Amino acid sequence: MNILEINGITKDYANHRALDDVSLSIPEKSVFGLLGPNGAGKTTLIRIINQISSMDQGKITFNGEKLRQQHVNRIGYLPEERGLYRKMKVGEMALYLAQLKGLSKAQAMEKLEHWFTKFDIIDWWYRKVEELSKGMQQKIQFIITIIHEPDLLVFDEPFSGFDPINQVMLKEEILKQKERGAAIIFSTHNMASVEEICDNIALIHNSKVILQGEVQALKEEYKANEFEIVLANFNKPIQSLNDHEMKIVSDNSEDGLFKGRLRTTSQLSTNEVIRKLISFGEIRSFREVLPTMNDIFIKNVNEIPKE
Amino acid sequence: MNKISLIIVREYLSRVRKKSFLVMTFLGPILFAALMILPAYFATQSGENNIVDVVDETGIYAKKMKNSSSVTFNYLDTGIEEAQQAFKNNQMKSDALLYIPKTESSRDAKAVLFYEDNQPSIVLQERVKNEINKLLEHTLIRSELGIDPSKIQGINPNVNLTTKNIETGEQSLAALTTGLGFVGGILIYFFIFIFGSQVMRGVLEEKTSRIVEVIVSSIKPFQLMMGKIIGVALVGLTQFLLWVILTFIIITAVNFTNPTLLDPTGDQQKVISEQTSLMPDNVEDKSKEMSFDKDSGFAAIAQGLQSINIPLMLSAFLFYFLFGYLLYGALFAAIGSAVDNEADTQQFMLPITIPLLLAIVMSSFIVQSPGGPVAFWFSIIPFTSPVVMMIRIPFGVPVWEVALSMGLLVLTFLGAVWLAGKIYKTGILMYGKKIDYKELWKWVRYSG
Repeated sequence: MNILEINGITKDYANHRALDDVSLSIPEKSVFGLLGPNGAGKTTLIRIINQISSMDQGKITFNGEKLRQQHVNRIGYLPEERGLYRKMKVGEMALYLAQLKGLSKAQAMEKLEHWFTKFDIIDWWYRKVEELSKGMQQKIQFIITIIHEPDLLVFDEPFSGFDPINQVMLKEEILKQKERGAAIIFSTHNMASVEEICDNIALIHNSKVILQGEVQALKEEYKANEFEIVLANFNKPIQSLNDHEMKIVSDNSEDGLFKGRLRTTSQLSTNEVIRKLISFGEIRSFREVLPTMNDIFIKNVNEIPKE
Repeated sequence: MNKISLIIVREYLSRVRKKSFLVMTFLGPILFAALMILPAYFATQSGENNIVDVVDETGIYAKKMKNSSSVTFNYLDTGIEEAQQAFKNNQMKSDALLYIPKTESSRDAKAVLFYEDNQPSIVLQERVKNEINKLLEHTLIRSELGIDPSKIQGINPNVNLTTKNIETGEQSLAALTTGLGFVGGILIYFFIFIFGSQVMRGVLEEKTSRIVEVIVSSIKPFQLMMGKIIGVALVGLTQFLLWVILTFIIITAVNFTNPTLLDPTGDQQKVISEQTSLMPDNVEDKSKEMSFDKDSGFAAIAQGLQSINIPLMLSAFLFYFLFGYLLYGALFAAIGSAVDNEADTQQFMLPITIPLLLAIVMSSFIVQSPGGPVAFWFSIIPFTSPVVMMIRIPFGVPVWEVALSMGLLVLTFLGAVWLAGKIYKTGILMYGKKIDYKELWKWVRYSG
């Protein structure tokens, strides 16, 4: 089942169309990557999901119901630009923000204590926010995003500004939230993290969704039939591979070994490629090269000229 | 707890717990009390007594100048050179040396007041000048008109004018009504500015610290804005209430420990009459009219206060304070949301400041003519009515005018909140853009 169904959303600003007929399905208990270049419309979409901005056309259903104000208590949002009340005491502020998400004071207190202990910042409860280091502020920011155990979490560029240690921690916690049963929308430029944690992605470019699907399926779809091989004791000139429906893409041969990449020029199965290579020599290493999300991203974005 | 009440409580507590709030709360009444007590206190303290040596070459003034608690005239029989020498050498204990030379015309007096270390105060100069003036006048009345000056003083007329409401027959006290309305108007002016700009700074703080986006993912922007405005309003009311209570306590305490100080029938009255004797004759006459009779003065104030209808004044004050603040508070919130830093607020502050300033500038005119057309219009137009109507109310305003003024104020407040809500909603998420009025108008039209 999908926790969020977005149907034909259009949003116009004074001078430009920020979202143009955007439709997305976000399955429950999964991580959904929202990709796209700067200014593509990701933040606008995220704000509409969080009911911070309104849409001009379209429909959103949350858990099968039309999205409405009460649903904010079931959604957690970590915006790209983050901030806290600098002059407030840490604990008091966390309590306040947790209560704003619909928790009672007692519930909020209990959960905050758990998380503050877990992240080892309980000693800072009575300190002012401005006295905290940046890393600690980010931990608090994360805690107040997930404190009400929402069904849907929206992270806009969550890794920006986190140091490497906190990035690892954050990634683990995001995956734990998925295990708990939450769906996560994850907007980012960081393609490596997309491959690590996303189950599905959508690519938004020039206000439109230009690509959507499961990460593994997309990789299969976009693979270029490219193979990385190491051949030894080859008995024919390696260049003649080009006459066998294959093409050498790169050649880093050394020590009498052929090391490089080749691509099939017609639809050959992997087994057929191997059969042909065996006739050339001894296969030391063979690997099918799948495209990275980065490749898919760049390929798709470049195919569409910028308006 | 309801989400908007969460906002109100946070806004309220975060301000009430600030040190600056405590300081203001205690400093305010001390200042008020000081304003009421200090003049009375200083008046009871006898000022320094100046000794002035007098060298009179005309013979008109010799031995006739009146000594008082502040000046003692000491006549010298020596010539001016000797006197100057003695004064310079500090042989005399005097503070100044007055020299009145002979003049060609008997109508002129060209006196010189010599001093050494401390320049004689204005009060002393006036006192000396007055004495000379009075004595010369008497001499001229006698010599040129042939009348005994004491006869003229004997016919000193005594005029008494009181104003009475024809229906209630109550005696009104113009000075008291003016004062109360004026204080109320000025207080509203300050409260609107102090607490309005607190709203603006609060909005700006949430915007620049970027926490606002987290909050509006939990609550509607309009609720956040209203929560803030209401929270700050409660801070203002708390402050006002504490001021009233504390001022009352301080005044009562002072009155208890020093009962004569604030009693207009006691010492202070003597002091006032002594002070008035320092003033030139014409001023003295006026002040005599203004000062109350010893027997009826205090009673008159009490009676005047009764005629003013304190509950009406207080409820009018609360109404105009609250809705005046709400109207301006909403506009201040809109400004705070539209800009990125406090420096950029200036261009939008001007149109808000001008009507308020105008109301204050016009106030003295309105006091003089509380029923005139200027007073009428200023007390009907919602942007000036909170201050101006407050000034008018003690003078008595027709019910329909008050109703119209209040109704318009409430309507304008609703309109301002609607407008501010639209600007606020777009503004809080808009960064790094130079905003002008055209842009603001766009925000109002395209509901974000």
